[in-house]
Amino acid sequence: MNENILIQLSILNIILPLFGFVLLIFFGKRLPKSHLFEISTIFVGLVSSSIVSFFKLNYFEDKLIVFDFRWIDFGNVPFFGNLGINIGIQLDNVSVIMQLTVFIVSFVVHLFSIKYMEGDPRYSRYFAYLGLFTFSMLGIVLTHNFLMMYIFWELVGLSSYLLIGFWFEKKSASDAAKKAFIVNRIGDVGFFLGILILYANYHTFTFSEIFGQIAQGNLPFNSGAWLTAAGILIFCGAIGKSAQFPLHVWLPDAMEGPTPVSALIHAATMVAAGVYLVARIFVMLTADAMLVIASIGAITAFISATIAITQTDIKRVLAYSTVSQLGYMIMSLGVGSYFFAFLHLITHAFFKAGLFLGSGSVIHAMHHEQDIRFMGGLRKKLPITYYTFLIYTLAIAGIPFTSGFLSKDGILGGTLAFAKLTGYWFFPVVGFFVAMLTAFYMFRLVILTFHGEARDIHKFEHAHESPATMLIPLISLAVLSVFIFFSPNPFNIEAGWFYKWIETPKTIVPQELAFSFMINESNTSHNIIHSELYTETLHHSHSTAMILSLIMAGLGILFAFVIYQWRLISADKLSIKLQPLYNFSYNKWYFDELYSKTAVAFTLGLSNFLAWFDQKVIDGIVNGTATITRWTSFSSGKFDNRVVDGLVNWTAYVTGFFGMVFRKFQTGKVQTYLVMVLTGIIILFFIFKSL
Amino acid sequence: MTVGLNHFLALSAVLFSLGIYAVLTRKNAIQVLMGIELILNSANINFIAFAHYGNFGLTGQVISLFVIILAAAEAAIALAIVLNIYKQYSTVNVDEIDGLKE
Amino acid sequence: MTTYDLIFYLFALIILVSAFIVVAARNIIYSAFSLLFTFFGVAGIYVLLNADFIAVVQVIIYVGGILVLIIFGVMLTNKITEVEIKTESFQVLPSIIISGIIGGTLVAIFTKTNWKVAEPQILDKTVTEIGRFLVSHYMILFELAGIILLVALIGSVMIARKEKLETEEVEK
Repeated sequence: MNENILIQLSILNIILPLFGFVLLIFFGKRLPKSHLFEISTIFVGLVSSSIVSFFKLNYFEDKLIVFDFRWIDFGNVPFFGNLGINIGIQLDNVSVIMQLTVFIVSFVVHLFSIKYMEGDPRYSRYFAYLGLFTFSMLGIVLTHNFLMMYIFWELVGLSSYLLIGFWFEKKSASDAAKKAFIVNRIGDVGFFLGILILYANYHTFTFSEIFGQIAQGNLPFNSGAWLTAAGILIFCGAIGKSAQFPLHVWLPDAMEGPTPVSALIHAATMVAAGVYLVARIFVMLTADAMLVIASIGAITAFISATIAITQTDIKRVLAYSTVSQLGYMIMSLGVGSYFFAFLHLITHAFFKAGLFLGSGSVIHAMHHEQDIRFMGGLRKKLPITYYTFLIYTLAIAGIPFTSGFLSKDGILGGTLAFAKLTGYWFFPVVGFFVAMLTAFYMFRLVILTFHGEARDIHKFEHAHESPATMLIPLISLAVLSVFIFFSPNPFNIEAGWFYKWIETPKTIVPQELAFSFMINESNTSHNIIHSELYTETLHHSHSTAMILSLIMAGLGILFAFVIYQWRLISADKLSIKLQPLYNFSYNKWYFDELYSKTAVAFTLGLSNFLAWFDQKVIDGIVNGTATITRWTSFSSGKFDNRVVDGLVNWTAYVTGFFGMVFRKFQTGKVQTYLVMVLTGIIILFFIFKSL
Repeated sequence: MTVGLNHFLALSAVLFSLGIYAVLTRKNAIQVLMGIELILNSANINFIAFAHYGNFGLTGQVISLFVIILAAAEAAIALAIVLNIYKQYSTVNVDEIDGLKE
Repeated sequence: MTTYDLIFYLFALIILVSAFIVVAARNIIYSAFSLLFTFFGVAGIYVLLNADFIAVVQVIIYVGGILVLIIFGVMLTNKITEVEIKTESFQVLPSIIISGIIGGTLVAIFTKTNWKVAEPQILDKTVTEIGRFLVSHYMILFELAGIILLVALIGSVMIARKEKLETEEVEK
């Protein structure tokens, strides 16, 4: 097993879903059961990516495996020198783990969809889109340059558009798809500008080359501000894709797609792409950029958590929890705890996929009823779904012995350490508060769905446990949500192999632009490349964070039970008492209204103005031109008719006149001709007489 | 004023122009033929006058003799043609025979 | 003015008057007969010019041959019942101009030219001399003239008969 084989396997992994997509999109209708082919390609990819991960992590642990070639060579471009575009893939620990995660989640989603989507008229197309989605995400994960990343980034946007709008007969679904696409585009503009800043300066798209140049102190336009700007602009892409404030509005609407798609979007693919992107550019983020990122992550986490409390649609609650958890990851990256952000990305991928698939199972059982107010008591009817769902909920709430505890705890510890070092106490406060809210709304969801009495007897009677192909994914994801897969010690991730593989990379930004605790020190023996100071603080914060987060989670769970299980406090009365707050949360902070009043209204106004401008001014100019042209052609026509035709007619008339005259000479009589001959002779005679 | 060469030449010139006039104006084909005869005669007068005054011996006379022979042949053929035309068109008026027009 | 001159003027008068009648007469019979006088006048001019043989030939061929032919033609072509022997002339004015110019020009040229005139010689035996010429010097021309006459004879007969032959063929 050498590097080449790893590369080849990875390329195969990328191609396989694409192959499935092509086959299904062209022949899906004609080949019955062709979705099985797609699923088997994903399975093959899963196996081969496991192999890749195993060998990469065990035998090439510290090695960056890169394969690239020059795709386009512009040659020597004036003013810029030699330009070209390299494309290729890069295997490091992050990307192989991410690749494996993508395949796991994608595979279970495929498996789940077999039954869930059964009977859909576009069954094979659905699997084709899933394949395209997987392919795009793998491209993002494995690429080693910004350009390919951007291309696959847009492919992800496209496939998410196709999948969210899969039931495009529903207006809400097609609207949601459009919304997702457009909102993503807004972020992508920033991403593209960031890429262009880097390319304009370094003439390459490749990560390692760009980072190498920055590490040598070669800043874009020789200014730290531009480096900050590039970081934030690229982060804009992540804002769009990972549904961060203020572009988070598309994600809850994306629930219009089939539920397994939601699982895929929310767990391992689309939203993870944003976090993955920030992780990729982590090393080039300046202190200012990181602060911006952390703030946006914190704000997102807080806003979406507060919204999630009052939502009644099971998938919407999960959607807002996703946004909230993504806010956690982004915040974690912003405060410099790279490792925990990535860990949370992976753990979250599993339990959030599980949550969505579980909700899919519930919805399937309830005959596509999504409102939790009409559920309840489903524990008896759907035992397996219930217990797996409970495990996921514990994981997301951050209860010990789950994977979520390890990662969330780490993130909270990171914010605490950051606050201690820099004095930004805002982040840990928000972090812990959101942790409580998370526990609260997740247990609210569980209690309302599975506990208590059935509120819709009719649907309850007909509910039944899902078939095996849907339960196997749920169980396997539940197993993956347990601590043991990440660390043998449920309270300390540092004991696990994950900690061994994922290193926080050295920051490469110049000293004066980075946080003081991020300064790289060459003599660090440890895996963590942050300064000793940060590592030390993190260690100290760890136990504090653990205890605090446990308290907060416990509080949240307690509130949930008090209000919804034991009904000691009436939820309705509480909502009436806190009417303004309740409404504010229930209406999602009025973001949609705000945007439709401002951005959308502005766009519409601008469009109307442009339309008016088009109709009046441009059309006026065009019409004026037309009028002038008409007038010109009219007068030219007159000229034609009178002068030119007159000339022609006159010529014809003159010719005719001479013809009339001369035809008299052609009488057919010999003697007339003779007269002429003689006349000619006489004339010639007199002409030549003098000669 | 003693009659000399010029008188004969002048006579033949007048005769010639009269013949031309006849050829050009007359409608009857036979009269056109007559005009031609006049022209031939004027030419003969010229020949003989030059032979007489130019000391060329009898050459002029012989040539005029040939002219007369040709005139006879021409008259015979022309009249045959005229008769033919008459059979064809029932007229010998040259102006009505304008097939050349088409 | 000698007798010679008088005779010349007399003949010239006869020629011009009769030629004018030939040209101008509306009756074709008149012009045919006045053509007779013209030919006679020309014959007289020949005699004056010491060409007695030619004069005789003129009288014999023209008067006895051609003129008779012409009169035959007149008689054959004019409808006898209607006796339409009057003819008309056309394009009179241009013809007068043209022939006037031609005649005037010719006369002017003839009179203005300074001819080298030799002393007119009087030959006794022109007939003998012409005969000798014809069989010696102009032998080929003479033979050719004979052939031409033969061809003309046969040709005119053929032309005059052609229509008939064709109609007969058609009738057959």
